[in-house]
Amino acid sequence: MTSRFESVSVVREGLGKVDYLADDGIAGVVFLADRLGKPVLVEGPAGTGKTQLAKSVAEILGARLIRLQCYEGLDEAKALYEWNYKKQLLRIQAERNTKDSGQTWDDMSDDIFSSEFLMTRPLLEAIRADDPVVLLIDEVDRVEMETEALLLEILSDYQVSIPELGTIAAKQIPLVFLTSNNTRELSEALKRRCLFLHIDYPDIERERQIVLTKVPDISEHLADQVARIVRTIRNLELKKSPSVSETLDWANTLILLGVQNITEAEAVDTLHILLKYQTDIAKAAKELTSTPSKFQKTS
Amino acid sequence: MTLVEDGPAPAEIGQPILELLNGFVMELRSAGIPVSLTENLDAMVAVKHIPLEDREAFKYALAATMVKNQNHWKAFETVFEIYFSIRGSEYDLKNQDDNAEGDNEDSQDEGEGEGEGEGPGSGGGGGRQMTPEELAQMLYNALMTGDQGLMRMVAKVSVRRFAGMEPGRPVGGTYYLYRTLRNLDLDGIMAKLMEQAHEQVGGEMTPLEQRLANDEYEARVDQLRKEIEAEIRRRLVADRGVEAMAKTLRKPLPEDVDFMHASREEMVKLRRAIYPLTRKLAVRLQRKRLHGRRGALDFRNTVRHSLSYGGVPAEPKFRRPRPKKPEIMIVADISGSVAAFARFTLHLVYAISGQFSRVRAFVFIDGLDEVTKFFEGTEDIIDAVHRVNTEADVVWVDGHSDYGHAFEVFWERYGKEITPRTTVLILGDARNNYHSSQSWIIKEIRSKARSVFWLNPEPRSYWDTGDSIVGEYGQYCNGTFECRNLRQLEGFVDNLA
Repeated sequence: MTSRFESVSVVREGLGKVDYLADDGIAGVVFLADRLGKPVLVEGPAGTGKTQLAKSVAEILGARLIRLQCYEGLDEAKALYEWNYKKQLLRIQAERNTKDSGQTWDDMSDDIFSSEFLMTRPLLEAIRADDPVVLLIDEVDRVEMETEALLLEILSDYQVSIPELGTIAAKQIPLVFLTSNNTRELSEALKRRCLFLHIDYPDIERERQIVLTKVPDISEHLADQVARIVRTIRNLELKKSPSVSETLDWANTLILLGVQNITEAEAVDTLHILLKYQTDIAKAAKELTSTPSKFQKTS
Repeated sequence: MTLVEDGPAPAEIGQPILELLNGFVMELRSAGIPVSLTENLDAMVAVKHIPLEDREAFKYALAATMVKNQNHWKAFETVFEIYFSIRGSEYDLKNQDDNAEGDNEDSQDEGEGEGEGEGPGSGGGGGRQMTPEELAQMLYNALMTGDQGLMRMVAKVSVRRFAGMEPGRPVGGTYYLYRTLRNLDLDGIMAKLMEQAHEQVGGEMTPLEQRLANDEYEARVDQLRKEIEAEIRRRLVADRGVEAMAKTLRKPLPEDVDFMHASREEMVKLRRAIYPLTRKLAVRLQRKRLHGRRGALDFRNTVRHSLSYGGVPAEPKFRRPRPKKPEIMIVADISGSVAAFARFTLHLVYAISGQFSRVRAFVFIDGLDEVTKFFEGTEDIIDAVHRVNTEADVVWVDGHSDYGHAFEVFWERYGKEITPRTTVLILGDARNNYHSSQSWIIKEIRSKARSVFWLNPEPRSYWDTGDSIVGEYGQYCNGTFECRNLRQLEGFVDNLA
């Protein structure tokens, strides 16, 4: 198998070029996933760029992104493949009309269970693709435990078994990303087959870089302030900490409002963009506008 | 920087590394992290693709293949730091006094090798006969600029100077850390830094600016503390060997931390773990209620559908299930020994209160008080729990647990409100200080309520020893459960709805 990436730093630079700022952990795991031919299970708080990672990797590889959005009640027919029974019926009808063809039942069944009548769904499509693909299985924790088993054959052997057609093996091992919001424990079997990557909120330095890259026309000073305020807010005990995408929304809003230097009033007025719960907003507003107790004592 | 003791990194994985990895995996398992055989093999393959000199990449390769749960990361990191710490003779405790200043050359090289960016730079003077003033200045500079190399340098010098480490002592290093920090006077430096920030602004700082500056410096101080810890650990590993250190530093995983013996730091971590947990539980309870059950036969609908089969009811239709949500009454002992546990459970149950039709909470020590009102109308559970602790009227005579009396009050005042839909949860260790048990009340409650559960934060082996009478109460309950840690509590709540 030829590998897609030369080294960890190549991954990192490549991702940087498409405006995805990876840290060592992220770049390292993507690199390993390619080298070991293993899927990556990406976990972490919402809005930290889990899905974006798969998209960005697809972009730097020039590969097609095939996405399977998981939801409760997802089944084989939606994830793997389905027989196009309407077309099969038509085929049989057509056969009946041309009576003299003298086809036997065996011929017929061979015919209607061929790939012409197979409707590929994302997983099978990723396996059968000739061009380079990146497979993204999004929010895998939403499917039930039992459905998870569907994925196992694909993730470990990169093949799909269809009773009527036999086993279809992948022509090339695609890069696979699974994302999870951790609303339930995934099965051991699934975890064992994957490399695990936890994407947490970025540290202050990376967050500043992200803001600078993603928000046009932002000044260094403002980006720095944004990153620092967000860090302070994340350190509070909140119901829901601000995510990276919310940080970006906030920065964009500040730019629209023409803010050059964030003052308390502006911070408090726009907090609802960062935080989504009223109690959180009240708490953060209080924290940001009161003097830290430590400082009062010492000065 | 190399992982093996001396010489450059080997081109391929040598025997020593393999052995080290083996020990490493064993230790991970002892720490409670489940590493399967295939994961172990994956790790071995993975490290082949990683240049061994790159310590960070090596660490992530091991983590990605073997640690599949974010809660275990901390434990993994500790073990990693021990097994793959930087080693060298300079960390040897025995010759630290004589060579401390002498091997300065070495330590500087080391510092440059491991540093992410440039070396210590101006701080390169290192430990050479530094006066306390110079050290203080260096510390100040390090914190002011946030320079990593400088911080590492300060950590190195101050540990050497202040920790007073003795060879061969079987300790984890907390005491050394304390001694070093005490000598550095970080609070004073914080104040100085803040003053400096003040001057820079030139005028009044707004509270927001103060807050941000404060947080920035706190983060740096925190980083310094970590550097010092790492330095101490390296020295301890050099002194006592890898296995012994790993064993000393082994800590329970977050889900296994005992409520009754959690340190303050662990308690904060537990509190942080509770939101993701409640979200998980809420999703699970919701799914469970709606799934796997069919409602009663919907006669009308069945007949209507039977028309397409010529009047034969071939396809029975059912009503959508509307399972009733249970009603919960929590009766919690909040006396000293079990307070943390009670607070925790209240916190958890209220966070998923949407899954129950009503939650009522009562707390007691020897008197009993209803605290439902504290939780209603507020979204901030932490605040509510705090109010429970300060405002509830729970002391009757002397403030020692008296389960018997508390139950009497409960039965008298609220007994009538227990219905067949009520689930009663009693939280406590049932250490009754030899008062009368009044266990008949539990029996009465049981006959009225849907079910009665007793959650005990003590290990099962302690039950019914001394003044614990959980067995006497337990005989009338639908179940008694040991609830010492998050894992057990989660398991119990999961079965509740």
